Amino acid sequence: MNIHEYQAKQLLAQYGVAVPQGQPCKTVAEAKAAAEQLFNGGHKLAVIKSQIHAGGRGKGTFKHGFKGGVKLVKSIDEAVNVAENMLGKVLVTKQTGEEGREVSTILVASAETIKKEFYLAVLLDRNNSRPLIMASTEGGVEIEEVAEKTPEKILKEWIDPAVGIQPYQARKIATGLGLKGEVFGGAVKLIMAVYKTWWECDAAMVEINPLCIVETPEGKEAIVAVDAKIGLDDNALYRHKNIQEMRDLAEESPLEIEASKFALNYIKLDGSIACLVNGAGLAMSTMDIIQHYGGMPANFLDVGGGATKDQVTAAFKIILSDPAVKAIFVNIFGGIMDCNVIATGIVAAVKETGLTLPLVVRLEGNNVEAGKMTLAESGLTIISGDTMADAAQKVVKTVAA
Amino acid sequence: MSIIVKPDTKVLIQGITGSFGARHAQLSLAYGTNVVAGVTPGKGGQMFEGKVPIFDTVAEAVKATGATASAVFVPPPFAADAILEGVDAGLELVVAITEGIPVRDMVAVKRAMGENNKTRLIGPNCPGIVTPGEGPDSTGGCRIGIAPGYIHKKGNIGVVSRSGTLTYEAVWQLTSRGVGQSTCVGIGGDPVNGTSHLDVIKLFMADPETHGIIMIGEIGGSAEEEAAAWIKQYGTKPVAGFIAGSTAPPGRRMGHAGAIVSGGKGTAAAKFEAFREAGIGVAATPSEMADTLLKMM
Repeated sequence: MNIHEYQAKQLLAQYGVAVPQGQPCKTVAEAKAAAEQLFNGGHKLAVIKSQIHAGGRGKGTFKHGFKGGVKLVKSIDEAVNVAENMLGKVLVTKQTGEEGREVSTILVASAETIKKEFYLAVLLDRNNSRPLIMASTEGGVEIEEVAEKTPEKILKEWIDPAVGIQPYQARKIATGLGLKGEVFGGAVKLIMAVYKTWWECDAAMVEINPLCIVETPEGKEAIVAVDAKIGLDDNALYRHKNIQEMRDLAEESPLEIEASKFALNYIKLDGSIACLVNGAGLAMSTMDIIQHYGGMPANFLDVGGGATKDQVTAAFKIILSDPAVKAIFVNIFGGIMDCNVIATGIVAAVKETGLTLPLVVRLEGNNVEAGKMTLAESGLTIISGDTMADAAQKVVKTVAA
Repeated sequence: MSIIVKPDTKVLIQGITGSFGARHAQLSLAYGTNVVAGVTPGKGGQMFEGKVPIFDTVAEAVKATGATASAVFVPPPFAADAILEGVDAGLELVVAITEGIPVRDMVAVKRAMGENNKTRLIGPNCPGIVTPGEGPDSTGGCRIGIAPGYIHKKGNIGVVSRSGTLTYEAVWQLTSRGVGQSTCVGIGGDPVNGTSHLDVIKLFMADPETHGIIMIGEIGGSAEEEAAAWIKQYGTKPVAGFIAGSTAPPGRRMGHAGAIVSGGKGTAAAKFEAFREAGIGVAATPSEMADTLLKMM
């Protein structure tokens, strides 16, 4: 699960990470009050940031023509104008696709003069199953680019999960980033707190980009997390009530939300051949084989080990609500499950949903002959495939015809 | 022969009284697996199906029955504890079937197991391991986990995979061509797991009864590349493989917690390339996994 920047900053702040003073706002009035607080408190500059999960906000454009999902403002009036142009409006970035995302919350925060930008992240290193802190002097740009062009500029520090992060490790990173003097201590504290957030919140990834040295209104230097991104381990959400409440359903595809209610794992794609498969690996492979034979998959859909009639019916309904779908490919390897039970479920689901699109079914496994018989005797036009390859070719053909 | 488990391996089942654990304990018994004990805290002293004694702790079960391997069917919040209990009891093998264990718990489990060479962990989030037997429908073998037993056939091909049903697909392709398997290992779809592709490949290469190997991977991580690099240098037997997820969009988790392309890393294209470089036969589609290997043999 992903959360918004303002939520990530709230979590980080709870663990002692310095973040710019700011307020999430859902109305222009709230934004005005937040801006008043900042400007009347001596701040000369504020930033207003659209809160959507997609990246590329700064360079995005709103559908009504307003440019930039992140804007610097110098006055309360300017803040009000920007808030009016963001709240309730649809922002298109390189990650949202053409349809864009409606902005329902903006973050109004202080913007100090940035003197230097860094990159800091905590993630899992899959190679050794240990937490890894990555830091770089190249802040504010995409880390993948740094990794490719100047990998020597990325510092790495692995953490022993038995003892957690040690202060010397944070000092090593701070020194590696060239930090000295009054910001050194602040950076050590911040790095330790970012790690603690990752560990205690069961995060998959915490990314601070940029981490900045800023000049405070008092003329001092401070180190703060100017932008923050947190992704969480879905499997651990059960033990974090506060984080569960941060879920923003508006950021998720309605079809994916509907699918999750039936324990279906559905991801919408851009093609025209829908697939319904049991098992994640087989579901991915089914998409791959459709493409291999010249078609394009419309979705990833794993019905899991059960594939009951209710699940299959729900899956058909979800598939059919995607107007791009021109044919359906059901690929089931019924290992323990009885193929006849699945076939009965498919027939019932077709009847209940009034399916008219071509349906290609490949059944294999336990009691498969009875299952095939059930499909054949149903009176429905179901195209049967003997192997994955045979079925894939047949379904691609129905769409091409 | 076989790797990791043999038909006489003494197996205990952690979580034997849960519906999932009970169902698969029955199926393993029917397959002829030597299931000697069950463990459910608080139900010690009872019998499962009138023939398998249930214990409160793994240590007691091991002491009383001599079990050396375990299948973990315990729900996610308690699974890390169950795995470590098996390690503490000195089991040679712990197979964690449970799906949905928090990554942080597995990071802690791996750290706690450390360089422990006594216990091998397979999984979590895996279908388990099967060494087919000689009876009808391959019964008389050792089945730990949730794989359908009857699709197997005793023989000389090793299968290792991160996915469940895709493994069954490969096994079934072999069996329906009359080709049997030495052992089939599902290592699981999570980002932190116990046994890697490479660990299993090394065992297959050293097993005189394994003559060829099917290795199935998927997007995410770099375990397949690591195994391919080793095979390129030390491989002595034909290996064919497939990687699921060429069409998966970057940044999305495809069902399995570990199946994600992030930051341009872990793509199917990179893994296929590593396969080709190592001389591993690449199946053009998942329908051709068995044929690709058989052509090499």
